[in-house]
Amino acid sequence: MSGYVLRRLAGMVAVLLVLSVVIYAAFYIAPGDPAQIACGLKCSPAQVAQVREQLGLADPVYVQYAHFLGGIVAGRDFSTGTAVMHCHAPCLGISYRSGEQVTSMILQRLPVTGSLALGGMVLWLLLGVGTGLLSALRRGRPTERALTGLTMAGNAVPVFVIGLMLLIVFCSTLQWLPFPSYVPLTSDPQAWFWGLLLPWVSLAVVESAKYARLTRSSMLETLAEDHIRTFRAYGVSERRLVTRHALRAALTPVIALSALDLGTMFGSAVLTESLFGLPGLGKMLVSSVAVVDLPVVVGVVMVTGFCVVLANAAADVLYAVADRRVVLS
Amino acid sequence: MATAAPAPQAGTAPIGVVPASGARQVWRRLRSQRAAVTAATVLVLLILIAVLAPVLSAIEGQDPTTYHDALVNSASGGVPHGSLGGISGVHWLGVEPGTGRDLFARLVYGSQISLLVAVGATVVQVAVGIAVGLAAGLGSRLLDQFLGHTTDVMIALPGLVFAIALMAVVPNSFPRPLLLMLVIGLLGWGGTARVVRAQTLSLKELDYVAAARLGGSSPWRIARRELLPPLAAPVITYAALLLPSNVVSEAGLSFLGVGVRPPTSSWGQMLSSATTWFQADPMYVLLPAALLFVTTLAFTVFGDALRTALDPRAASRLRVGVRRRRTKEETA
Repeated sequence: MSGYVLRRLAGMVAVLLVLSVVIYAAFYIAPGDPAQIACGLKCSPAQVAQVREQLGLADPVYVQYAHFLGGIVAGRDFSTGTAVMHCHAPCLGISYRSGEQVTSMILQRLPVTGSLALGGMVLWLLLGVGTGLLSALRRGRPTERALTGLTMAGNAVPVFVIGLMLLIVFCSTLQWLPFPSYVPLTSDPQAWFWGLLLPWVSLAVVESAKYARLTRSSMLETLAEDHIRTFRAYGVSERRLVTRHALRAALTPVIALSALDLGTMFGSAVLTESLFGLPGLGKMLVSSVAVVDLPVVVGVVMVTGFCVVLANAAADVLYAVADRRVVLS
Repeated sequence: MATAAPAPQAGTAPIGVVPASGARQVWRRLRSQRAAVTAATVLVLLILIAVLAPVLSAIEGQDPTTYHDALVNSASGGVPHGSLGGISGVHWLGVEPGTGRDLFARLVYGSQISLLVAVGATVVQVAVGIAVGLAAGLGSRLLDQFLGHTTDVMIALPGLVFAIALMAVVPNSFPRPLLLMLVIGLLGWGGTARVVRAQTLSLKELDYVAAARLGGSSPWRIARRELLPPLAAPVITYAALLLPSNVVSEAGLSFLGVGVRPPTSSWGQMLSSATTWFQADPMYVLLPAALLFVTTLAFTVFGDALRTALDPRAASRLRVGVRRRRTKEETA
């Protein structure tokens, strides 16, 4: 077991290293002079050169990359001309635009994306597992066909299309809901809930299709197994059979997939955040991309990559915990 | 790779690429599914719209880039005059708020970008996926391990985030539709590679492949002559499901403002600028949204039907329908 954990950790670090090299290389070959961007358009060539020196952009790219990695592990110092600014580990650099530390910028926005992803996941699990369960139990009847059609349609719509439709119907035409906005859970739980409801619903409509399909197929598979037939022969009630025995086994892959999706959501929430104007990680990425604020872009890519890698590991462990037959090796 | 190239055109002609043994059977199984026929009709229609975009907008007498300031109400910030977003005999689907550009022309030209990018990205994904999958399946253990890890990393990458970052890096002089194809394609080949590798590993143990090897065929020849034909069915099935997700990817990137840029239009780009207008001019949102929805749904339904038709086990459920049709023909 400890061997597995060690190997897994090494693998995670390796993936993140590859990710950082790729993203760093991609931006190194990118056009545009970061020093010029950081300094602004009115800078004289001498000022640009000074900024370049300060940001360490005059070094060869591998030295810059080494500094970047060193900053993540041990923190690093940036001189801002007059003063020295210390950036604590894990340091992802400082924004060219605002001079803020990227790590703290990301930490500020994580609760937004986290709220969006977690709430969305609760909703899409309820919707997806419910639909899947119902269509497994109503196999071959009109209910199943209707549900299959609905999930296929839900899966086919991009999340921003669903979101726009919901906005038009509920905020603009019916005016039942306020326009989505982010209020921290700690300051006003009710406003937090109502402000995020539409984004959650949009995510759930799109994501739940996958879960419905998975729940349905693994439910049917489990119900066909020998031990279920034995239980049935012993006279276990159908309700108990489904809730206590079949559903529990059928949910194993669902749990693993949801861990995976939660990790991915930190990156893919960008569309939802942009549409609803939620100030999360994705929104920050898009606005930083527009102004070529490279440290922020690299930082967000690294953090979302980290979330995905972590989620992958979590999914494997959850799988093994939920299903005793799986041996981690 | 020659046999792989037609795969992305699954919407138009899925027949020619399936090995001769089952081509007619697959065709019959497809035709027996009513949803497949409907979806295929919609897709053919969409492709026709995309191909005939210049003709269609010429018939309307409009083009997608001319501003019509007189058609929008400058006092209200640019909402089109008239009902339903300014629909009239001259502008069939109204005009774009703010600029007064013709919506019908922008939509039909937009379909070119949406379909072209989706198909192009799928071609890239399938080509790279087949190459990597075959190399991993046929190559040495070391190569297999290396390619396997690379594939895992590709699948695990936060694709959308990476695509946004990459789209921003490349200079604007590079044609955006081509860039979209490459970025979506090069980030999304992992699944195909995995499918091809798994199939190759099981196929290469079969007697006829062993016979070819003993007969002195090179690995390249084996891959081309013995492995690619049986790989066609699973690859086509997979590619058919990649298409709708690529349509969505293009729309998403353009929606975020890193895909195609005005004056070029794509449905995602139109939706992006529609976000500021959805209260004043809902038509501007509904039209590209509806087209996007219909397109992805048609691709998904067709892909699903194709999988059923190409999978012998799933198709056995259909056989009932086929037999019934035959008896009908016989009695008639």
